[in-house]
Amino acid sequence: MDKQQLPQRPFAQKYHVKGIGGALVFLALLWGSSVMTGVNWGEFFTNLDQFFDLLSRMAHPAWEYTNIVIQPILETIQMALIGTTIGTVIAIPFSILAARNLIKNSVVRGVIRFILNLVRTLPDLLLAALFVAVVGIGATAGVWTLAVFSFGMISKLFYETIETIDERPLEALRAAGANNTQVVIFAVVPQVLNSFVSYFLYTFEINVRASTVLGYLGAGGIGVYLQRSLSSFRYDQTAVIVLAILVVVIVIDAVSNNLRERLQ
Amino acid sequence: MSDESVLIEFDNVQKVYPNGTVGLKDINLKIHEGEFVAVVGLSGAGKSTLLRTINRMHDITGGDLKIDGASITGYKGKELRNLRRSVGMIFQDFNLVNRSSVRRNVLSGRVGYYSTWKSSLGLFSAEDKQRAVDALKRVNMLEKLYTRVDELSGGQQQRVAIARALMQEPKIMLADEPIASLDPLTTTAVMDDLLGLNQELGITVLANLHSVSLAMKYADRIIGLRGGQLVYDKPIAEVSADDFDGIYSEQAEIKGGAVNG
Repeated sequence: MDKQQLPQRPFAQKYHVKGIGGALVFLALLWGSSVMTGVNWGEFFTNLDQFFDLLSRMAHPAWEYTNIVIQPILETIQMALIGTTIGTVIAIPFSILAARNLIKNSVVRGVIRFILNLVRTLPDLLLAALFVAVVGIGATAGVWTLAVFSFGMISKLFYETIETIDERPLEALRAAGANNTQVVIFAVVPQVLNSFVSYFLYTFEINVRASTVLGYLGAGGIGVYLQRSLSSFRYDQTAVIVLAILVVVIVIDAVSNNLRERLQ
Repeated sequence: MSDESVLIEFDNVQKVYPNGTVGLKDINLKIHEGEFVAVVGLSGAGKSTLLRTINRMHDITGGDLKIDGASITGYKGKELRNLRRSVGMIFQDFNLVNRSSVRRNVLSGRVGYYSTWKSSLGLFSAEDKQRAVDALKRVNMLEKLYTRVDELSGGQQQRVAIARALMQEPKIMLADEPIASLDPLTTTAVMDDLLGLNQELGITVLANLHSVSLAMKYADRIIGLRGGQLVYDKPIAEVSADDFDGIYSEQAEIKGGAVNG
């Protein structure tokens, strides 16, 4: 073969301009960020003994505290379950309206997506503070916080799933005289149902973890006890709470992994 | 044939896509009730476009299209859905819902006859459940009633798709490259099914086919498209194999400007 017949590789491709350039930009950003925020690594290491002091005090958990912890842990799980469910139910119509392949009208889609972006922008801690102020201290505030938080997250996951479906069955249903709702029920739902259940479980898992922190702001659940033990320097009790949360997270993770695998 | 039996009438139909591509140009065509028409032509000649104008999956941009003497170009909403309900369609890639059972796929062909809430809750009448069984029996797929579609072979899926279209009790069956994804053996089974519902149920069939020999074996009439224009139209008795050099010539490919086969 004549060597000259091969097409020339462009300069950018030959010297990996994009890859090298991207890496350099990232390194520059990293350096700039650490300079501007003034992160002092030395300070962290000189105070390391404080950290170990805390750990050693937590190394002797107050096991008798376990009985007291069970009830709020259950409440945390219940809050997460109710919150995730409410969020999901509201997210379903929104995700359908936000999906590019179902809603051709870009104005409707744009408005819906703007609302979703807005909801996702609100941090869960801010939401918790807001709901505690509105409905008062307790699990209700936690449930509403988790509902809004799940709604924002789930609707994005859902509409992105809807946008990846096979659109050919939709064409067949339309050609058979189905209206839009019937197309969604018969051609979209069967294709996305498994992913939806999977995302629901994933969000539930995240919410269990998140709700431990929410208790800090008075939104109910185990977080209240976590805050109480820390502020009274009872690190032996803190250890029990952390271990209890760990057990719950591991169990939920195992169950939801198992369920999600079966859905494949 | 007399004009009374004209079922579909293309009157100077034009189709230009929004990007300027010409899909169909000056189509004048009468399809009679009970005919089995094969549409041949190269990819991009406008065969799919022609079929999809009949159930308004594509809108025409000029001329008029009549079914049973009534112009369908202005149909909207319920009227349009009723038109589509009376026209069955099968596709090259079957277009079934892979994760659903054969039964649910077949029943979904009937939703045009149901209100939104009744069909959404799956409240199909006993009569329609029986209709699904009969439709599957006709295409020899009854034993797969509760099987998930993704467990079926291509040929089996296409026959389920035919059963789904039969649920509409269509007057017209559009078949868009129905055998392009199938092997020769299942091709025969699917084409025989189409011929069966043409001859036994009196359904008018329009089928896009790549293979001229299959068109000659099954159709009553062959029409040819090239570059969106009707270039050939003969009853099967007058067709000879040499006729198709014009439709499939190299030159035609250069001229053809249509998209969507």
